Amino acid sequence: MKRTFALAAFAALLACSTAQAQQINVKIGVLTDMASIYADDTGQGSVAAANLAAQDFMKDHKNVKVEVVSADHQNKPDVGTGIASKWFDVDHVDMITDVPTSSVALAVMQVAAAKNKAAIYSGPGSSDITGPKCNANTVHWTYDTWMLANGTGKAIVKNGGDTWFFLTADYAFGHALERDTAAVVEKSGGKVLGKVRHPIATSDFSSFLLQAQASKAKVIGLANAGGDTINAIKQGAEFGITAGGQKFAGLLIFAPDIKALGLKAAQGLSFTETFYWDMNEGTRAWTKRWDKERNAAGKLPSMNHAGVYAGTMAYLQAVVAVGSAADGKAVVDKMKTMTFKDPLFGTTTVRADGRGIHPAYLFEVKKPEESKGPNDLYTLRATIPADEAFRPLKDGGCPLVKG
Amino acid sequence: MFQICLPVFLGGKCIVSAALFGQLLIGLINGSFYALLSLGLAVIFGMLNIINFAHGAQYMLGAVAAYLLLNYAGIGYWPSLIAAPIIVGAIGIAIERAFLQWLYKLDHLYGLLLTFGLALIIEGVSRHYFGTAGLPYSLPDSLQGGRNLGFMFLPNYRAWVIVASLVICFGTWFVIERTKLGAYLRAATENPNLVRAFGVNVPRMITLTYGFGVALAAFAGVMAAPIYNVSPNMGSELIIVVFAVVVIGGMGSILGAILTGFGLGVIEGLTKVFFPEASNTVIFVIMAIVLLVRPAGLFGRRA
Amino acid sequence: MERVVDPATKVSPLRKQSEWIGFGIMAAVLLIAPFVTYPMFLMQCLCFALFACAFNLLIGYVGLLSFGHALYFGWASYLAAYSAKVWGFPPELAILTGTLTATVFGFIAGSLAIRRQGIYFAMITLALAQMMFFFAVQVKFTGGEDGIQSVPRGHLLGFIDLRNETAMYLFVLAVFLGGWLFIRRIIHSPFGEVLKAIRENEPRAISLGYKTDRYKLLAFVLSATLAGLAGSTKALVVQIASLTDVNWPMSGEVVLMSLVGGLGTLFGPVIGAFVIISMQYKLASLGEWVLVIQGVIFVACVLLFRRGIIGEIANYFRIKL
Repeated sequence: MKRTFALAAFAALLACSTAQAQQINVKIGVLTDMASIYADDTGQGSVAAANLAAQDFMKDHKNVKVEVVSADHQNKPDVGTGIASKWFDVDHVDMITDVPTSSVALAVMQVAAAKNKAAIYSGPGSSDITGPKCNANTVHWTYDTWMLANGTGKAIVKNGGDTWFFLTADYAFGHALERDTAAVVEKSGGKVLGKVRHPIATSDFSSFLLQAQASKAKVIGLANAGGDTINAIKQGAEFGITAGGQKFAGLLIFAPDIKALGLKAAQGLSFTETFYWDMNEGTRAWTKRWDKERNAAGKLPSMNHAGVYAGTMAYLQAVVAVGSAADGKAVVDKMKTMTFKDPLFGTTTVRADGRGIHPAYLFEVKKPEESKGPNDLYTLRATIPADEAFRPLKDGGCPLVKG
Repeated sequence: MFQICLPVFLGGKCIVSAALFGQLLIGLINGSFYALLSLGLAVIFGMLNIINFAHGAQYMLGAVAAYLLLNYAGIGYWPSLIAAPIIVGAIGIAIERAFLQWLYKLDHLYGLLLTFGLALIIEGVSRHYFGTAGLPYSLPDSLQGGRNLGFMFLPNYRAWVIVASLVICFGTWFVIERTKLGAYLRAATENPNLVRAFGVNVPRMITLTYGFGVALAAFAGVMAAPIYNVSPNMGSELIIVVFAVVVIGGMGSILGAILTGFGLGVIEGLTKVFFPEASNTVIFVIMAIVLLVRPAGLFGRRA
Repeated sequence: MERVVDPATKVSPLRKQSEWIGFGIMAAVLLIAPFVTYPMFLMQCLCFALFACAFNLLIGYVGLLSFGHALYFGWASYLAAYSAKVWGFPPELAILTGTLTATVFGFIAGSLAIRRQGIYFAMITLALAQMMFFFAVQVKFTGGEDGIQSVPRGHLLGFIDLRNETAMYLFVLAVFLGGWLFIRRIIHSPFGEVLKAIRENEPRAISLGYKTDRYKLLAFVLSATLAGLAGSTKALVVQIASLTDVNWPMSGEVVLMSLVGGLGTLFGPVIGAFVIISMQYKLASLGEWVLVIQGVIFVACVLLFRRGIIGEIANYFRIKL
């Protein structure tokens, strides 16, 4: 009896020690937009962020080997699911990250769930990812449309912008953004004076801007993204919209877009983001390393890039805690029990519906005279604490959330 | 001030007359770009019988050239209006000499396919070097601000766009229809061999014509740079609408291309007021109707 | 003036069976392929191969370049996906729905486009396709940017579960081979001969008493229908129907596939589809360079390589492919 016990104890000890030294291999796929409208907000910058996360993690964990692969989904759901399927089936990829463009993200997360792998999103915006379409294999980092609407809408109304006019891109995403923001504006005591819907990829906004001007609303909400937002703002400057006292609210806009606009056109623009390169020592140091890894002139890290880094680091920590990356749901479940700290987002937790919870910030674009350098773009106006920034758990409609 | 209302069965939306004039003016501005681009296409097609699918990409190159000239050579907007078309026109001449000249004996469709391929190359390379978020280019200082016309605030730059396009368009029309050079060009289109027999260097005329058409596209690009987002895909969306404009106008006629361009810009502008969601399909719908009623196009000569 | 496709090269009588031999090889290779390559990739290739063959019917045998074929492919894909997902149609009915949609659109678009020739025809088809693209963006049932996702594959004929990869592959292969054989039948029929006569010299065909417009329209509708068949099948294979399928780059891609493979040949579009899709898979990490490479291939093919892969082989061996 004593011998069996000793033998068992010895075997257990052996097992423990080998488990500690056990090699864990993880393969991460960065599925992103490398050539189209989100290429600067995500794209190669996200790959650089993932590489940094792999390097940092492997430095501290000698028994873990992290490999990063990447591909361009071209903002097409069928291309995205094709690559995802092949990665999971043939190439032994364990986790897919980034995935800008909500339509692709929604499709890919189903592939991940079907094959029990993990999807750690930083790119897409749809709040449905942690809402009605949620699943147990997906974590949504960085932002979503509810957070943007809530952050920007509430903060602007509080600052006096209580009459709104919406310029909305006429497709599902634009409508959702408009609907969410309008709800927040009205709940905060503001009024929506009118709206106009424009086709996506419109190059000329003059007609719609005239209507916005005529409405005399204090705030013109831009429920669109990418090139449409940039065009609207640029042409708004031309028609003297901001000079006439009206302000633009960008509902979905990233640092690279601001750089593309230039401060002259974008000054005074208010919006919500969860990361800015110049916020503190941690973000500045990381940005320097990102810049070196990215190795292309004149690029700024967006919050999506930061989210890929932070989300990947968090995922890897959970993989080590579980012991292997093979069971996607197990790793994601583990993430929901842990608290993560990183220099980019501060303290982050993952909710039952897969939503990553961290603070958000209201920024305003500096006037050209206020800026001290080509990358000095934002002033921080307000901080929204993590527990207020995102949609309450019970309101999401996610089937994973009981009661 | 009066109100114009649509009949109830069309939606019943009303607009104040002042706003209507404002929108008509805007439509005219957009029409300027359509007119410039369809003029370029018509000139190239008239002379070379080639549909220049790369026209949109060359328009984009004009805008990008303006950006590069400003940021690397310190050349501002006004000189760029001349420099950029010359540079891009030179690229066009190189394209004609390297690629297009081998296609004249072949079916016209090969020209379309080749220029389509060129458009992909130009766009892909531009995306690689310039990203897709867009390049910043601001209004020139001399054209900032605007005039309050009573019914709308007209930015000075937009007024300039209309004036410049009208001048260039009608200038081109004048040269082609009313001068000796234009007569040679038109004759060479009808019967190149006979014109050659008279000692006119037809191949060189063809090359220069292509270069000119491309320069027109680049000129439109420079004019677009301060107001539209300068990005590698700015041309590809626009070019298909311009094709529809050209089909409506009829390819045979220079004047037709100009008038159709301005006219459709105005119609599109009105649609943006009354049916904004339909504003990017209205030109195609008109194209379908014109095809049913007058297959040769509004100003076309061949049936 | 050289036509888009060279007139049939001199056929050596001993090589008359070349097409059937080619078919045999193609079918055999496709039966073995799933054991060596990822079946999902193969199924996508087959759908696009059928799409390219349908397109090629118009350009190669009637001389009409349709630059808007994505209209039929994409809208068939939407209707097949919608009928399978929302109306619960079994796969064969879903595919039928999609295909019939393409037929209707083909008839309407064809009637408009046939009124013009050559370049104008191409531009009209492009413009019509673009119009229907904008319509697809705004209309609710297409799901806009999201597309129609999670399309169920269902049970073929009530009992064959198409979630089984083998069953699905054999089904797609059967659809493809059936479509290909149908195209071959069209080409080698009296109707096909008239089409070729129209391609060579339309005024002469008219003077012989043929109502060429009707022939062209029928060919257009057939081409659209087969493109629709390809689109509907694709919707069930990848279980998604999205804006990609109706957008103009899709129209451009099918032109590229046929050009690379060989316009006016039966096997050319098939090879072209496999080549282009393989390239897209392999080069997915290169981002925008794929666009550049496709452009370079276009230019190279038009200048140097007009017959395409199969066309060059057929010309070298003086057989018909």
